[in-house]
Amino acid sequence: MEGVLRPSDHIDSKPVAGGGVNEPKLGVVGYLRFFWRQLTSMRTALVLLLLLAVAAVPGSLVPQRSADPNGVAQYFLSNPDLAPILDTIQLFDVYTSAWFSAIYLLLFVSLVGCIIPRIRHHWQAMRARPPRTPKRLERLEGHVRSERAEGTVAEAVDTAEKTLKRAGYRTERYGDSVSAERGYLRETGNLVFHSALVGVLVTVGVGGGFGYQGQKIIVEGQTFVNTLLAFDSFSPGRFFDQDSLDPYSLTLDQLDVVYEEENLDALGQPTDFTAHMQLLDQDGTASEGEIKVNHPLRVHGNDVFLLGNGYAPVITVRDGEGNIAFSEAVPFLPQDANLTSLGVVKVPDALPEQLGLVGFAYPTQGYLDTGAMTSVYPDDIRPVVSFNVFTGDLGVDDGIPRSVYELDTSEMTMVAGRGADNDPVILELGQTQDLPDGLGSVTFESMPRFVSVDVHHDPSQLWVLVFAILVLLGLLSSLFIPRRRVWIRVTAGADGGTTIDYAGLARGEDPGLSAAVAALAKQHADRL
Amino acid sequence: MTPSLDTVSVILVYSAIAVYSLAFIAFTMDLARRAGEVRTVASASVRASAPAAAAINGSTATAVLDREQIEAGDATASRGRLVWLRIGLSLTIIGFVVHLVATVLRGLAAERVPWANMYEFSLTATLIITAVFLGVQLREDLRFLGTFIVGLVVVLLGLSTVGFYVSVVPLPPSLQSIWLIIHVFVASLGTAFLGLGFALSVMQLLQHRREALPAESRFSRMKAMASLPGAEKLENLAYRLIIVGFVFWTFTLIAGAIWAEAAWGRYWGWDVKEVWTFVIWTIFAGYIHARSTRGWRGVPSAWLAIVGFSAVLFNYTIVNLFFNGLHSYSGLTE
Ligand code: HEM
Repeated sequence: MEGVLRPSDHIDSKPVAGGGVNEPKLGVVGYLRFFWRQLTSMRTALVLLLLLAVAAVPGSLVPQRSADPNGVAQYFLSNPDLAPILDTIQLFDVYTSAWFSAIYLLLFVSLVGCIIPRIRHHWQAMRARPPRTPKRLERLEGHVRSERAEGTVAEAVDTAEKTLKRAGYRTERYGDSVSAERGYLRETGNLVFHSALVGVLVTVGVGGGFGYQGQKIIVEGQTFVNTLLAFDSFSPGRFFDQDSLDPYSLTLDQLDVVYEEENLDALGQPTDFTAHMQLLDQDGTASEGEIKVNHPLRVHGNDVFLLGNGYAPVITVRDGEGNIAFSEAVPFLPQDANLTSLGVVKVPDALPEQLGLVGFAYPTQGYLDTGAMTSVYPDDIRPVVSFNVFTGDLGVDDGIPRSVYELDTSEMTMVAGRGADNDPVILELGQTQDLPDGLGSVTFESMPRFVSVDVHHDPSQLWVLVFAILVLLGLLSSLFIPRRRVWIRVTAGADGGTTIDYAGLARGEDPGLSAAVAALAKQHADRL
Repeated sequence: MTPSLDTVSVILVYSAIAVYSLAFIAFTMDLARRAGEVRTVASASVRASAPAAAAINGSTATAVLDREQIEAGDATASRGRLVWLRIGLSLTIIGFVVHLVATVLRGLAAERVPWANMYEFSLTATLIITAVFLGVQLREDLRFLGTFIVGLVVVLLGLSTVGFYVSVVPLPPSLQSIWLIIHVFVASLGTAFLGLGFALSVMQLLQHRREALPAESRFSRMKAMASLPGAEKLENLAYRLIIVGFVFWTFTLIAGAIWAEAAWGRYWGWDVKEVWTFVIWTIFAGYIHARSTRGWRGVPSAWLAIVGFSAVLFNYTIVNLFFNGLHSYSGLTE
């Protein structure tokens, strides 16, 4: 089909005789050309697309390191034989695996190879003249003939050209006929669509490398300064430069949580989180901001997201000599919807021995049927903390990094707690309790909340969005703009009048062609 | 105590299911009648054309008996059948109105859009499937798909009302977003168009099988298909609906990424739901290419449309219920 360029196995292209396979001697260049033609054929694109779809599926069946590292660890524990095998074929990293990358890279090579010649061709086609009027219009689709008793041929041709121009056609006169074509935007849309796909891939691939992402827990009243060391965890992109961090500071004034209090089916379900932040720029300007779920705070090219929340009870520990050995807000990890939370207090400076506390915080303390304590509501209505207390070596001095949320009790003795000689330490807000054997005391001072925030920087995302919108616009025009040719020919009637023939030709899917020709015929008649 | 809006809504959902079931029966009667009728028309036209055909060439007699003749016979022979089609369509419209009211009441009861958990999403998605089915009739007579589409709606609506019902609870903060309204609604629209395209593609395959049969046995086998459009016409119709569905799906994908960026801080993370949305998109991109690739138009592309829509259903049921990801919005666990 002239007008638009298509791969040779496109349904509208004429089959190429032999398809290159039977050519006598190919030679290196011949083979390369043959290979290139295969790669940029419709069939290859189709097969690669389907392969891509199939290849994406395993990533939804097996946990992925990028999205769910804990799930992967768990999978290794529960399938010790299978997991290493899956790991060698990169099934825990499907979307960065060699085979997945190979498929989409091939697809995009094919895509680029396919669109570049088409863009060139389309550029020329847009400036070419509509083709000659065929001899016998009555064979074409939607043919209409009208006989008019009055009027001249020249007048009818003039009006025909005007009518077609107004309907958005490009026209060309051939004698007493007008040849018209419209719908170049269809091919333009198709090319924009495919090019924008390349744009999306390139911006995702390259642009993501300049970004970074870090997590931080901030307790009410505490301040976070945007520097590399301040993050609890940080993952930079490939081209990340530490100097690009802008050292502003963020203080969490307060986290407001709204709970459902009326609907009995959802009592205590949080319906709103608002973190009230103070922002202090490097130059000393202060301002206020809010973070909500779905509404990140956008500051200095960073987006700050609210990912989690919980309580960070402030615990003070006095040691056996009466010194304050520890006094801090300790973030506890929520374990259930009512925020029964688990936490660890490590007091390496306590004398005579190091102290470790493991326990729970209950924002609204109640009891399970078994008699064990639990939280019965997520708001802090009746906060209680309970601890098992250990003495001995915390293991913090041996240089091995340890999680702040875990206590290694292998070198420690339980002095208070279930199974020990003394009961666990149980404290209501403001209470203090002495530890056994003159080891000191523990005070539960207050119950602030904490938020965990995610700080992101991704310079490519605006471009990804721009290309995505182009994908959509290109798709719309390429699928729904009909591309068609229409001809109008006027011949002089035997007794003075005119005979006018109208006919069309579809270029690709065009279910509305006959109706369009009929409508043009009517418009033309109306204007005559 | 007056019943709550939600209670009324549930009663109406069951009523809608009942009315749809009747519509399903009517549409099925129509198909059954078509099968019966083909036999009578066939024998009538064999008789009518026998003398003429004998005059020219005896062997072409049966070959002339094609759809045109049966369609010509339509006007007289199928009056009884048309009644069933009309009944089916009228019942579908009534069922749709009841369904619409039920869905609106659910929204009023929840004081938000009625598509925030699986039950509500089924309610709205099946409503949209029916609306699109009815709307398309204005452009093209696709009533013969009634058995298929209304049957699908009855099954989906029935299963989800029995299996996924949850009472009205407030929206968790992660779903409080304008994108919930846009993204999920457009996904339902896409699903509706892809579903119609799926039904047409199944018909296309059946019709293709029938057309491949030797002419004599066309009247004894797959009779119900005889009065339906030919395979090529069905394929073109399917294509036109699927490209509309594909555009909606593309939009869903983009809108989902924008929402994910706002909620989770990344626009794409290969979460299970994202994976499946991508897989479906890719299959249908494959379908569109297949339609333009020599050797792939017709049967292979129809299979792609069928696989694609099966993936849509899989994504909506199995993935929502059994795969855990960030998108756990079924409202069933927790
Ligand atoms: C990432 C890979 C690709 C995707 C997602 C994709 C998707 C699509 C879609 C959705 C359409 C229909 C909309 C339109 O006409 O613009 C289309 C059409 C088309 N694609 Fe692709 N495509 C891809 C790669 C390719 C490649 C590699 C080729 C070249 C071999 C190609 C050639 C075409 C052609 C020629 C059409 C027009 C079909 C027609 O004439 O109806 N595409 N593609």
